[in-house]
Amino acid sequence: MATSTTKALTGEEPPAPPGATGGGKTARRRGAWLHRLDVKGAPYAFVAPFFVVFAAFSFYPLVYTSWISLHDVELATLDVMEWVAFDNYVELWGDSRFWNALQNTITIGVISTVPQLMMALGLAHLLNYRMRASLFFRVASLVPYATSVAAAALVFTMIFERDFGMINWALGSVGIDPVHWESDKWPAQVAISTIVIWRWTGYNALLYLAAMQAIPAERYEAASIDGASRWKQFTHVTVPGIRSTIVFTIVLSTIGATQLFGEPLIFGQGPNGVTGGADNQYQTLGLLLYEEGWKNYQMGRSATVAWAMFMLLVLAFVAQRLIKRLRSRTS
Amino acid sequence: MTTNSLPVRTEPPVRTPVEKPAGRGGRRLLRQGAGRQHHAGPLAYVLLVVMAVLSIFPLYWTMVAASTDNTRVSQTPPPFLPGPNLFSNLARAWDEAAMGKAMVNSLIVAGVIALSTVMFATLAGFAFAKLRFKGRNILLMLVIGTMMVPPQLGVVPLFMMMSELGWSQQLPAVIFPTLVSAVGVFFMRQYLSEALPDELVEAGRVDGAHSLRIFWSIVLPVARPAMAVLFMITFVHAWNDFFWPFVVLDMTNPTVPVALTQLSAGYVRDQSLIMAGALLGTLPLLAMFIVFGRQIVSGIMAGAVKG
Repeated sequence: MATSTTKALTGEEPPAPPGATGGGKTARRRGAWLHRLDVKGAPYAFVAPFFVVFAAFSFYPLVYTSWISLHDVELATLDVMEWVAFDNYVELWGDSRFWNALQNTITIGVISTVPQLMMALGLAHLLNYRMRASLFFRVASLVPYATSVAAAALVFTMIFERDFGMINWALGSVGIDPVHWESDKWPAQVAISTIVIWRWTGYNALLYLAAMQAIPAERYEAASIDGASRWKQFTHVTVPGIRSTIVFTIVLSTIGATQLFGEPLIFGQGPNGVTGGADNQYQTLGLLLYEEGWKNYQMGRSATVAWAMFMLLVLAFVAQRLIKRLRSRTS
Repeated sequence: MTTNSLPVRTEPPVRTPVEKPAGRGGRRLLRQGAGRQHHAGPLAYVLLVVMAVLSIFPLYWTMVAASTDNTRVSQTPPPFLPGPNLFSNLARAWDEAAMGKAMVNSLIVAGVIALSTVMFATLAGFAFAKLRFKGRNILLMLVIGTMMVPPQLGVVPLFMMMSELGWSQQLPAVIFPTLVSAVGVFFMRQYLSEALPDELVEAGRVDGAHSLRIFWSIVLPVARPAMAVLFMITFVHAWNDFFWPFVVLDMTNPTVPVALTQLSAGYVRDQSLIMAGALLGTLPLLAMFIVFGRQIVSGIMAGAVKG
């Protein structure tokens, strides 16, 4: 950036307004002062709305959650808070529903995220070919993203229906017995993961595609001169070339997985599905949070679950870093 | 909003290959990756068609199920072709399931959120991209950091706050917490730092324009294509947002996703009615994708972290 620009923008040297010499001295000084105030202050005014709204409706609630988790608060009497120190945490630790929900969150998170990102990578690779109708394929892969979690969960509930659902019908036509997609634990978790995968694969693929297109062509040329096969080029040029995008999607998917709520809520059960199936077979931490707060009316315990979710997220990132470090050491 | 014919180039006309538009097909690919861009073979086409079918089929089948009746849906093999009852089912969903009210509510919520997100994101994005001020980098890092904070974690205090404000079950409870978005700020910053020449801003300063005036007359015209894309993406997110609206709204005053949960709650599940509701709630966004698909795709790709 040119120095003059920098100065003009920082206001170190406010340029005298041309043709302003006619006014009185005080008016001019006032004008310069206003100008200086504008140049110094306007940037803060422009970014302020974001921070004000974030502070009020995101940051403050997040911090206040920890305070509430140290209290007994009932849904009906929100202004009555009784200090209980760490009782909520102790109870949660001894509550088998918590461990069950934690386990379900992790397993559904893994079976929804890992295949999703691998499929997205493959899809991005396909979309990166030169071809006809490329716009159609891109928009088509983004259609699930336009579907709300509620609509998607309702449709997949029917597709996975035990008695007349399409999947069991298709399985039956090749001689496989009907799968109990809702009442059995693992089938239910697979079905819920399918909803997640369906909604987000195309979106992630487009992120990968954008990154793939930013890889300089020379790297491919160099690789092909070295005699690298297409597969080698994919693993040695493409994947390393989009590494930070992959990290970004892993971070976002991990956050999404710890928060999973709508899919297991609606799958099979409707708005009373907060238990995540008759045996809690697919209750996630998100559902447990809602059940404690809005079905059992224990807001303090609900806040405790929220903190547990936060800790899970932190642990997930620590684990990812550790794995990364170990792998870079071994290779 | 911009007109349909406006080709939204999220790529600025000048400089740098960092921000790329999507979907502008062969021309750019030729230029950029001549050594790389193999033509798709038959296998690639087959796989892509399979993918497109998998993507679209659930929605197609929603339409099929919404156009038959409850007995037909529950038979095996399931129906694969549309029946005659689409419009009567849609009308039923509109009336019985309060989908009409939900659609209006969602339109208000998503519209207001998208408008304010675009406005504040453009303001902040301009400041981060083109204005110098103390703490700019730290504040920008903060914005990016806030993307990592899952909103669900603050839901209990937020709920208490809303009931204190008297907004429980009211639309402002859904609107206010999402008036801004970190992704939007970052997106506009990326776009403006490429698309808005420093000389333009400087020229405005020399002419004695104050910052808001520069924003209004110089930045806004340049930012318009990106604002349109951000509006649509934010609209989609706000329309589909589920967790917080589900917590704070009730069935007398729902948004579309909240109303959809009610549809499936009855003892006798009327499958066709449920699917009609799901279809109805998805139609506005589908229409948007069909008309502005190219722009939305390019917007998502332009906002991607690359490298």
